[in-house]
Amino acid sequence: MSMKKNYVVETIRKAQLAQLLAGGKRMDERRLDQTRELKIETGLIQKANGSARVTLGNTQVIAGVKIATGIPFPDTPDKGILMVNAEILPMSSPYAEPGPPSEGAIELARVVDRGIRESEMVDLSKLSLVPGKSVVAVFVDCNVMNVDGNLFDAMSYAVVSALRTAKMKKYAVKDEKAEATDQWVPVPVERTPVSVTMARIGEKLVVDPNTEEEASMDMRITITTDDDGNICASQKGEASFISPAQVLEAADTSIRVGREIRAKIMEATK
Amino acid sequence: MEGAKVAGTRKLIDGKGTRLDGRKWDELRPISLQVGLMKNADGSAYIEWGKNKIMAAVYGPKEVHPKHQVLPDRALLRCRYHMAPFSVDDRKNPAPSRREIEISKVTREALQPAVIVEDYPRTAIEVWIEVLQSDGGSRCAGITAASLALADAGINMRDMVVGCSCGLIEDTVVSDLDDTEDKEGDGDMPVAIMPNLGQVTLFQVDGIYTREKFQKAFELAIEKGKQIYGMQRAALNARFFGGEGAVTQVEEAAE
Repeated sequence: MSMKKNYVVETIRKAQLAQLLAGGKRMDERRLDQTRELKIETGLIQKANGSARVTLGNTQVIAGVKIATGIPFPDTPDKGILMVNAEILPMSSPYAEPGPPSEGAIELARVVDRGIRESEMVDLSKLSLVPGKSVVAVFVDCNVMNVDGNLFDAMSYAVVSALRTAKMKKYAVKDEKAEATDQWVPVPVERTPVSVTMARIGEKLVVDPNTEEEASMDMRITITTDDDGNICASQKGEASFISPAQVLEAADTSIRVGREIRAKIMEATK
Repeated sequence: MEGAKVAGTRKLIDGKGTRLDGRKWDELRPISLQVGLMKNADGSAYIEWGKNKIMAAVYGPKEVHPKHQVLPDRALLRCRYHMAPFSVDDRKNPAPSRREIEISKVTREALQPAVIVEDYPRTAIEVWIEVLQSDGGSRCAGITAASLALADAGINMRDMVVGCSCGLIEDTVVSDLDDTEDKEGDGDMPVAIMPNLGQVTLFQVDGIYTREKFQKAFELAIEKGKQIYGMQRAALNARFFGGEGAVTQVEEAAE
């Protein structure tokens, strides 16, 4: 979502931020690779199979998991369905508006979905009930409640935390028909992907940009890593470029910072 | 879905490192580029890349409508990546999907660094990319063609933009995944570069890469991009200086 309003103010602000960064400083006195305070609360929505509220600085996202049975996709008849969606609520910022999702909101949902999916966080082969006919479908919907930059990571942490704590009914298959039993089991979570987003302002990359930094950034890159430090998803954004060396620097930063964040998510969802 | 197979039911690469279509790990599919085929457009380019058939057309600089979208200091770059309903195995709904909306966005962001938008304040430059047939790597092919169409339209540019996707089949890094390899393979990494400036303008990753394989795939994509840039230059040369070969075909045989 664009917060850019005034060309003159924006240009002056950007120069100020870039100058500070050249001296290794940020407006809120964080280190360049330091994230804001991360708070994770789980199980706050009783009607959902799993839920999490993530507060990253002043950015706040609520993710809720709903689980149902569905028909598998024709090209993956023996795999369950996982879908991640995002809605940037009109209450979340003075610049957000109701209506169909913007290009930015679509990108946000798809990048978070890619990180979860590509890391193979949920073992979808364990969600097959009757191959080709019936599978478990896991929907994760995210409400962005308050915007202060870096929706990508806040949303990703909310989805991961909600999935890690989600419970689903165990299904029994009789005569090719799946029926829910009274027994509750966890969602088959195998891995814990962590996304780390960096913004380039001037020459420097800063981790976990806030709204003010996002308004001044030229380029944004999100990299998701898994428990073994593998890279499983990435997306460069904004109408600027990045040097090959800086891509590799961003990869190393995301592995390092991702490890710290993963420990926090594990602690909050154990 | 005709042609779709359950992932993992067939070998995409054999013990000798040969892929289903006979290519080695670092080979490209055949590519042909033609510039300036469309009559009405200010610039256009057509690319065939494997079974991809993609037309890109550019209009502008032109007046901006609606007017509130006018940018006082630069041109507004508009981009649409669209797939024809008949371009894929199952008919695609012609309405833009969420995938196409995202690709349109990243395509615009891949092209804009090369376009000197500051030279055309208060105008719009429109880039239309139509995928007539899709075969894996279509966003990179679209960007490669769109960059040619922008040059054909005479828009001031810092550099060309050229895309190439690399990825993983099992544990092997490979270049230029086709449709089957994209669907059944283990990772896809579309990269676009400005070859003379040595900068990356499109970067997306999916699949599970060790840090080492990640770097190998990324560096291979850049290397392949530089190779395709040579074909872009040849296509522009033929368009503007080629005499009888005003329309040219530049091919790199796969075998």
